[in-house]
Amino acid sequence: MTDITKGAIAPPRSFLSQDAVQLFYRLLAAFLICAVLAVLSDSFLTLGNILNVLRQASLTFFIASGLTLVVLTAGLDLSVGANVALSACIAGTVIHTTGSPALGILTGLACGGLVGLINGVMVTALRIPSFIATYGMLWVLNGLTYWYMAGETLHGFPAGFRQIGSGYLFGLPIPVYLLLVFLGIGTFFAQRTVWGQEIYAIGANPVAARLSGIPVARRLLLVYAVSGTMAGLASIIFLSRLNSAEADIGESLTLPAIAAVLIGGTSLFGGVGTVFGTFIGALILTLVLNGMNLLSVSANWQPLVTGIIVILAVWLDMKTRRRAQ
Amino acid sequence: MSDALPIEVTAPTPLLELRGISKEFPGVKALDDVSFAVYPGEVHMLLGENGAGKSSLMKVLCGAYRADAGEFYYNGAPVAISSTADAQKLGIAVIFQEFSLVPHLDIAQNIFLGREPKGRIPGTIDRRRILADARRVLDTIGFDIDPATTVDKLGVAQQQMVEIAKAISQNARILVMDEPTAALSDRETELLFALIGRLKADGVSIVYISHRMAEVFALGDRITVLRDGRRIDGVRPADVTPDQLVRMMVGRNVDMTYPRHFADKPGEVLLEVKGLSASTGISDINIEVRRGEIVGLCGLVGSGRSEVARAIFGADPVTSGEIIFDGKSMSGEPDLAARRGIALIPESRKSEGLALLRSVSDNLVVSALKKLFPSGLFDQRSAQRAADGLIRQLRIATPSARQTVGLLSGGNQQKVVIGKWLAAGSKLFIFDEPTRGIDIGAKSEIFALIDRLVADGAAALMISSEQVEICHVCDRAYVMREGRIAGHLTRNELTEENIVRLGMHHA
Repeated sequence: MTDITKGAIAPPRSFLSQDAVQLFYRLLAAFLICAVLAVLSDSFLTLGNILNVLRQASLTFFIASGLTLVVLTAGLDLSVGANVALSACIAGTVIHTTGSPALGILTGLACGGLVGLINGVMVTALRIPSFIATYGMLWVLNGLTYWYMAGETLHGFPAGFRQIGSGYLFGLPIPVYLLLVFLGIGTFFAQRTVWGQEIYAIGANPVAARLSGIPVARRLLLVYAVSGTMAGLASIIFLSRLNSAEADIGESLTLPAIAAVLIGGTSLFGGVGTVFGTFIGALILTLVLNGMNLLSVSANWQPLVTGIIVILAVWLDMKTRRRAQ
Repeated sequence: MSDALPIEVTAPTPLLELRGISKEFPGVKALDDVSFAVYPGEVHMLLGENGAGKSSLMKVLCGAYRADAGEFYYNGAPVAISSTADAQKLGIAVIFQEFSLVPHLDIAQNIFLGREPKGRIPGTIDRRRILADARRVLDTIGFDIDPATTVDKLGVAQQQMVEIAKAISQNARILVMDEPTAALSDRETELLFALIGRLKADGVSIVYISHRMAEVFALGDRITVLRDGRRIDGVRPADVTPDQLVRMMVGRNVDMTYPRHFADKPGEVLLEVKGLSASTGISDINIEVRRGEIVGLCGLVGSGRSEVARAIFGADPVTSGEIIFDGKSMSGEPDLAARRGIALIPESRKSEGLALLRSVSDNLVVSALKKLFPSGLFDQRSAQRAADGLIRQLRIATPSARQTVGLLSGGNQQKVVIGKWLAAGSKLFIFDEPTRGIDIGAKSEIFALIDRLVADGAAALMISSEQVEICHVCDRAYVMREGRIAGHLTRNELTEENIVRLGMHHA
């Protein structure tokens, strides 16, 4: 067997990359779910419901998009939900005390980004596995938030600020515009920048990446900071949408975000995945939950269904990938 | 079929005979009507380039693969080998390059793993007996070590001895060894050869896979050459020359002398290392490399050669000393070294050199991203164009730049690792065992490439355990011993004897 025949036995790579094929199947799955729901429920295909799904999906997506970058480097950020809660409470306080939504937004983003940066320092300088570092951070942030809020609820924000989460522009919710913007930025960053390529290289083999001259520690710092900043952004949307902030708002956010990343086809082993996939993942997750609501399935079943979808999606990915190898 | 039968009969019946073995994988015939016989107490060398079918044949022998067609005979009687258990019952044991030892268990536990003598209390191990049994097995192979030593404290050679002891304890009659000397020093190799001689005398047959011509002739009683999944010939070492063997392996003439155009006068100093020490065990290293030179870095495995390479590249922290590159002092991480123009082609290309699941193109441009895309904006198409250029220049055999790099052969993977530094425009190339696990054809291509690089004004620092290669290719060489530079050999002094003399421990 010469080198040339050895190459020729590999499955022919069509003009579509592995990523594109997997995205195609995901879009197909999303359409199928929509078709089934449209048949089963009259209220699914109404404008109000569809906009509702998109808005819901956008909240998951903001957190999950930053997380996608972390997962691409074979890391994990378990602190995103807790980060949302702390950032929301601090941003809310700033708006209440200064009366300036702009200052509040900046504080929220900065708080989220700072938390992410600390995660990055723990992972790079202290060499703590990201899973453990961010798990510890989750508790630290929860503790800080509970201590800071002391059982209080922040309530009532300026009408202009509330527009961010619940307002409409040309008939579409504002979070949907934000979703499109960040989907574009995220995809561009991952696919069309040198830094994005380096992030894929780090995830695929961190040792080889370092020995290829990629500044691995600096890129990881960036990735965790971005993940934190996106949690900060999500905190602003939440604050604006709920018109209130409590210490426990982050508790149900982290696991769905991870689910969206995994359903979206990003591998926990790093190096494989796309931000667009994560968007589809968030969409599939939201569609299924929305459909269950419309069909009056008890909410108790939702975690079970989410779990099954995650396992199924990852299993199918691994199967197609193994075949491609 | 006359070709398929053993060419000469040294004993009435072979211990094990395979006839007409075929094994097909989707799209490729790994073994095509291969016949192979092992006689008692012989060393049977198995030769072939990477991908010739050596590993497949070995896996069929030990029951890891089931042959699609073919027959097995043991002492002349037909048998079936359809599982590893079958092979074990027939006394076939394989020593792979990657050992299958449990690092935190001791030698005795590893030898008798899964077959431990039971203690009086159910579920316990009879500690005294397992140690005594292990001692006995170690004595038979002449390995003097405390069987209670945990395996993670052992060097590669010692771990290999434990593997052999394990095989012997299972009454192995046929020992299959896959490139057993690849990671051994010369002295360790001698010890292994002595052991193989003793095993032979006891009637144990050895099937020995090797890429090293010298040991094929030093050790082999019989040689089987495979190419493209077929048995090309079976010969005795006395009847062939190395050149003839190489021709059989590659099916064409290959120049065994490595091409090298020595420069009359080396260029200016590119790298100067002064009194370098690192926590990895190297101390007071002084090295100088000039443009146009290939400088060898020799010594035994474990003498600190790779550690010097890593310290220069910034991969390990330096505790004292200075690295001056291109006239400027340098200290920092690998990204700084890479930016300044140093390239490291690491020893283990699969784990340290490549992202195996990514494409050839991705791997080729990874070190040149900043250079190719100074704006910071990446473009897949121009990346692939750059990759296509390198694929042509280096003659990398791949169907396209989009091919997953892990699917290429070892030689082509190595070219990709070198190619990424060509793309980056590196000036100093540090090669750590650049020809490990690469077949002969690809080897001379790699050396021709290194020769071209330095002719164009780059420089190379080359680590190799193959002293022949160092002697043929290098302008001069440093020899290391126990973390220090033991000596320097100029072109005229550069002989295998001198390398060995300087590198030996004088304990």
